[in-house]
Amino acid sequence: MTATTPYRSATAGATRDGFGQLVHAELTKFRTVRGWVAGMIVAALITAGIGIFVAAGGASQSCQSVGAGGGGSASCGPPALPLGPGGEPVTDNFYFVRQPLAGNGSLTVRITSLTSLLPPAGQEFGAAPDRPGVVAWSKAGIIITSSLAAGSPYAAMLATGGNGVRMQWNYTGDTPGLPGAVSAARPRWLRLTRDGDTITGYDSADGVHWTVVETVHLAGLPGTVQAGLFAASPVLPPKAVNIAGVSQGGGGSTASTAVFDHLSRSGAWPAGRWAGGYTQGDEAAEAQGIGQYRQAGGEITVSGQGDIAPALPQGEPGLAESTIGGYLIGTFVGLIAMAVVATMFMTGEYRRGLIRTTLAASPRRARMLAAKALVIGAVAFAVGLAGAAAAVLAGAALADARGARIFPEPWPTEVRMLVGTGALLAVVAVLTLAVAAIVRRSVAAVTIVFAVIVVPYFLAAIVVLPAGAADWLLRVTPAAAFAVQQASPQYPQVAAYYAPVSGYYPLAPWAGFAVLCGWTLAACGVAVWLLRRRDA
Amino acid sequence: MSLTAAPPAAAAAPVPGSTPFADALHAEWTKLRTLAGAGWLLLAAVAVTIAVSAAADAASGCSPAGCQADPVKLSLTGVQVGQAIVAIIGVLAISGEYSTGMIAVTLTATPRRLTVLGAKAALVGGLTLAAGAIAVLGSVLAGRLILPGRGFTAARGFPPLSLADGAVLRAAGGSVLYLALIALLALGVATAVRDSAVAIGAALGLLYLVPIVASVVGNQHWQRHLEQLGPTTAGLMIEATTQLTDLPLTPWQGLGVLAAWAAGALVLGGALLRLRDA
Repeated sequence: MTATTPYRSATAGATRDGFGQLVHAELTKFRTVRGWVAGMIVAALITAGIGIFVAAGGASQSCQSVGAGGGGSASCGPPALPLGPGGEPVTDNFYFVRQPLAGNGSLTVRITSLTSLLPPAGQEFGAAPDRPGVVAWSKAGIIITSSLAAGSPYAAMLATGGNGVRMQWNYTGDTPGLPGAVSAARPRWLRLTRDGDTITGYDSADGVHWTVVETVHLAGLPGTVQAGLFAASPVLPPKAVNIAGVSQGGGGSTASTAVFDHLSRSGAWPAGRWAGGYTQGDEAAEAQGIGQYRQAGGEITVSGQGDIAPALPQGEPGLAESTIGGYLIGTFVGLIAMAVVATMFMTGEYRRGLIRTTLAASPRRARMLAAKALVIGAVAFAVGLAGAAAAVLAGAALADARGARIFPEPWPTEVRMLVGTGALLAVVAVLTLAVAAIVRRSVAAVTIVFAVIVVPYFLAAIVVLPAGAADWLLRVTPAAAFAVQQASPQYPQVAAYYAPVSGYYPLAPWAGFAVLCGWTLAACGVAVWLLRRRDA
Repeated sequence: MSLTAAPPAAAAAPVPGSTPFADALHAEWTKLRTLAGAGWLLLAAVAVTIAVSAAADAASGCSPAGCQADPVKLSLTGVQVGQAIVAIIGVLAISGEYSTGMIAVTLTATPRRLTVLGAKAALVGGLTLAAGAIAVLGSVLAGRLILPGRGFTAARGFPPLSLADGAVLRAAGGSVLYLALIALLALGVATAVRDSAVAIGAALGLLYLVPIVASVVGNQHWQRHLEQLGPTTAGLMIEATTQLTDLPLTPWQGLGVLAAWAAGALVLGGALLRLRDA
């Protein structure tokens, strides 16, 4: 009749169902199923393997002349793109009529005309432009640049073909000024003043009333800068055909011509003639007679092509092989493997009746789900990050060895893509777990997750639905999270085919990721509610 | 109280004139018919296929400048989503038995395992053929009604879709076969791997991964070979009616590749079913 002490676990210092122990229990369940662990390792290896396969299948053999810098720069060989002050790859070749400006000073001009030529209809990429038309981002105006070297800091006041007057600086900076197109009836006055390393841009409709468009600081501007008039006209992106067969417009080089007058200057300018020419040279354009300036009376006519803007991966839409984004396509393998394992992690409990043991040991059901989510999320993050890092590192090394050009990305972008891939897999694993807890059936859970993540991407980027439908799918479904794998940002001031098929997503990277997180939280909420309400 | 009481006649003697295969088919039909899920899935496959096709039609547009669209392929867009549901039907036909333990009863009643698999394949193939026919007819009808309003007019070289047109008939009929072959492929995969989660993951991966990977491979030759080898990339060539010379394979060759995949999966599944314990 002696009172016996109930059995107490010998595990020191923990409460009976401490969360740490719960996580430990779930981790034990996970790592002792050999198939799951093997599946995860295989998933990481295949993710990396597909990245290497894509890198090996790059199109370096068919070197095409894609004029990123004003026509004719070959896209073969080692990276040829200069980097701007912010470290981003840039296009910096335009027709520049210049003189050196020592110290402070200003430059004022009136622009009375800006006309453009489009590439000939139905011709192969690379033909000389000959059709009059509007190029939305043709540029002509005045510019102050620290040097003629590609990628050097600058600030410019310019008129555009379809976007009004702008002040642009250091490639990515862009502030709108007066709207509307330039014509003889509606001329635009432009002014740039330099004070130390501060440059202020003004515009005016009449030359009397001036408005400040933007004041910018260009760090490290030298004492003597190059300043003058310029003209640029970008390469239009090549044709893309979606499933409806709607072509997005012909691609190719364009040319633009601007007419200036009322040129006035203050400051220490030399007395000699202006020097005209492409900043980086452009034999193809000069052979086609594009790129010259004429001075007659007070009127200066400048024509040219090329661009001064951030560079984007060029090439056919859908061919993302030139960016490291393409090497991450193996993520889909990781995603499917993850969905299968995360489903079994939950439904396995129901199938074998283990759920009753689990809930007897830890009756608080939400905590059981949280512990499972933590374990499967951490595993998925590791698998995704390892697979993505291996794919990108090995893929880039392989492409380098083959002499294929890879579009350079700033390192924060690369880190975001890799960590984002890990996070994407982690959140998808948690979403799958929640869905599996809701439906409790393997086939249903895997299918639902597949339908909300892979199928929208497939419809938008592979079937190539028309742009509106594709964008909508990648905004509202969990597939929006693939935006974390977008390599180059979208620049409103650069004409390109921004669509899922060419690797651009409608939402910003982390905004798209937040959509997935929102769906996952909702699914977890429903799962917890049902877990508490239903019998196990 | 007699131990020698005769068992009910119906269970003892086979129905005169029936074959083991017909019996197995009847058993499979009873199992499928009495489960709520199968009917809903077939209905969903039809509804989703038609809905996605109609949505793709409505979202498209042919500008006055002209377009290089393939209106037949466009109006059959839904097949690329409906195939996922068809694959689920194929997977569930066998993996459901493994997860509930029903497979032991099935194989006790019909010890010839290939007969069981054959009966399942016949049933799944027949049902998806029927559902696919409705889905494809509905999609073509949707295209016939919607596309002219979206700029695909006869004046621009796009007559209304009609099954009397040989190419349209080939694309539509081929799409029905395509859906049935996808179901058989999924059945074969599920028979080989048994676990339902792995089976559905493998089947869906087979359907969708190849086109996704092929889309980023820059090398044209590699891309063509991938598209020739992938079950869906090759199989869907049956839907093309324009620019046939640009296809990596002819339409019927493409469907043949998918048929080879389905046959291979069924042979593998059948061999494993025969060799392994259930």
